[in-house]
Amino acid sequence: MDNNQLNNHRIILLRYALLQLHDEAVAEDAVQETLLAALQTGDSFRSESALRTWLIGILKHKIADHYRAAERHYSLGEPTSEDKDDPNAALEQLIFDGKGRWIGAPGAWNNPDHALEQDEFWGVFEWCQKNLSEPHARAFMLREMVGLETEEICLDMAISHSACRVYLHRARLGLRECLEQRWFTTKRTS
Amino acid sequence: MKTCKDISYLLSDSMDRPLTWRERWAVRVHLLMCRHCSRFQQQIGFLSKVAGRYKPKD
Repeated sequence: MDNNQLNNHRIILLRYALLQLHDEAVAEDAVQETLLAALQTGDSFRSESALRTWLIGILKHKIADHYRAAERHYSLGEPTSEDKDDPNAALEQLIFDGKGRWIGAPGAWNNPDHALEQDEFWGVFEWCQKNLSEPHARAFMLREMVGLETEEICLDMAISHSACRVYLHRARLGLRECLEQRWFTTKRTS
Repeated sequence: MKTCKDISYLLSDSMDRPLTWRERWAVRVHLLMCRHCSRFQQQIGFLSKVAGRYKPKD
């Protein structure tokens, strides 16, 4: 394992740390310590994805250390209950009828890229994200913001592959619905 | 025949893994007839773009 190989994973690790720590400097430190620890062991890995899983494992410990030091309540990687206990299972029933047809069919969004330039839009996006149930929001963030693969998300959240698929689907349904209602409805043209 | 719900699942999956040719075919045929699912596809693509640019505030 060399520096270059580790650097490839740095960005992902940093985004992961930021998601948990909400402080850039602290996140940088945790990632730096993780990479150093990794360099010192000199283990070899059969694939880049095995290496990343291992790095994230170390990073989780560093993050937990940080919270322990700060004496704040913290839990990470707790097994999440599977679909039957999913608080947002009802979401799909609001969006699709019993025959799998749209109830709240997606409307046309007028010039969505324009929204990216408006500060107000980011506030709405944040609100919508907070409005998702916690495991859905987390799966979505790990996938789309951190950039993890679904297998890595399953491991991280200790959920099955099918639960992961359901969470991501529901997160997208929920976010889409929320953005449409809170942002695009007033701007809809058809 | 796949429902809109099935197709929405496949469209969501396509953001996370490559679809099989059979799945791609089912999606393609469905999208020809269904503008709601076509919009869903565009809009979850947009969500991905938004998430990629999002920077949490302190």
